[in-house]
Amino acid sequence: MTYKFRISLTDKDVTPEEIFLARRRIIASATAALAASALPSIARAGKHDTSGDVTPEEYATSYNNFIEFGAGKSTPSERAGKLTVKPWSVQIGGLVERPGDYNLEDILKAMRVEERIYRFRCVEAWSMVVPWRGFMLADLLKWAGVKPQAKYVAFETLYRPSEMPGQKSSRVDWPYREGLRLDEAMHPLTLMATGMYGKPLPKQSGAPLRLVVPWKYGFKSIKSVVRITLTEHQPKTTWNELVPEEYGFYANVNPDVSHPRWSQATERRLGGGFFSRRKRTRLFNGYADDVARLYEGMDLRKFY
Amino acid sequence: MIARLNTALRRVPVWLVWIVALAPGLWVFWRGLNGALGADPVRTLELALGEKGLQLLILSLMVTPLRRLAGLNLLRLRRAFGLLAFTYIAAHLAAWLFLDMAGLWDQALRDIAKRPFITIGMTAFVLMLPLALTSNTASIRRLGARWRALHRLAYAAALLGGIHFVLIGKTLTARPLIYLALIALLLALRLPAPGLFRAGAAKSLR
Repeated sequence: MTYKFRISLTDKDVTPEEIFLARRRIIASATAALAASALPSIARAGKHDTSGDVTPEEYATSYNNFIEFGAGKSTPSERAGKLTVKPWSVQIGGLVERPGDYNLEDILKAMRVEERIYRFRCVEAWSMVVPWRGFMLADLLKWAGVKPQAKYVAFETLYRPSEMPGQKSSRVDWPYREGLRLDEAMHPLTLMATGMYGKPLPKQSGAPLRLVVPWKYGFKSIKSVVRITLTEHQPKTTWNELVPEEYGFYANVNPDVSHPRWSQATERRLGGGFFSRRKRTRLFNGYADDVARLYEGMDLRKFY
Repeated sequence: MIARLNTALRRVPVWLVWIVALAPGLWVFWRGLNGALGADPVRTLELALGEKGLQLLILSLMVTPLRRLAGLNLLRLRRAFGLLAFTYIAAHLAAWLFLDMAGLWDQALRDIAKRPFITIGMTAFVLMLPLALTSNTASIRRLGARWRALHRLAYAAALLGGIHFVLIGKTLTARPLIYLALIALLLALRLPAPGLFRAGAAKSLR
């Protein structure tokens, strides 16, 4: 693949700690006066436009959807502690040249791990900016050897109800499943993450290995992956099976295609505080220049 | 036991009910102002205010059944429950409009018209407006029998509020469904067909 991509967010976009703290002080002092309406302009003034900021780590690691641990936003961070993430093996199978159960450590020896700062947009209309650490899924798939008949990649999360209490619910056909078209999986933006904020992945964020597809809604970015299968046919995916008319297989971020129950035109950025305004959601979460070509000629309303 | 409780309740000043009921809402708002509501404070505030409003609305609907079935007399506090419910729902709507949607008026209007859960929630609020405006002794006197008919709108508002809550999530979750079931039960208790219930009760006894 000779296709090159650009990441528009760099270290320069990370909010300097003193500005982050100063903003908190402004917010705290303003409470005394209840100067509510004046606040947004104070917080947003100056040359430090915070639109590209990395979300404070405390928020990105305490506000999670990981239904294996329960439905609430804070339940994953409260309950994930019990999860055993070492040793961890990943079963790579299906239409690959070298199928097998691979120890994660052995996989990592063969991969080039790098830092990537990506926007992350949840289908629930909140978003964050996360500095990930990981390797390209394309490299892993090449390492395993993709057979020519393969057209899709299917992923599965660990199924271990003894450590994942949410899996005792029978409403979901466990394990959690996700999938990508092969060209999406091979795209250089598609990452297998092993860390965030310069540290190993926290358990509530999908330790020790998760998918990150920055131009799709967050539920596509499956966590705690134990199985990767190359298939000829489009695999079943968990949210699509649960509510097919609301959650599609593609789930590309798209401000013009509403969720049947709510608008996707705007999003609330996590950690913005009480008076931060919603942001306009961008097509493919702002990665249109890199990925729009994958969907040329496709009706994005039909393939939502 | 109930008699003693009723005696104690007679001594509870209405203003105390207001303070106790408003305190959690003010506390959440205060924490939000101080950046203590976590990653998505606006969402947290909206949910807290809406849920509290629904709880108070349910409480106001429980007054009559509690009196009939358990002899517990909360009638003196019912107006406060209803007005408190309205206060919370109004604050919930204000949080959505002025913190969440702030500035995105076109999207807010479109959502009210287009998104069933917002349309339903908005309808519930509108139904509560005349109730709040006539929750005073002068209105009860002036409207007479019509007042009771008007205030049956509370049933519709509660039902719509319960449905609104159920429709918010990414999928169905337990808590909103429990609220909705409770509201349905409280409305069913008011159905003008007590014979039906008695027949059902007798059957289940056999």
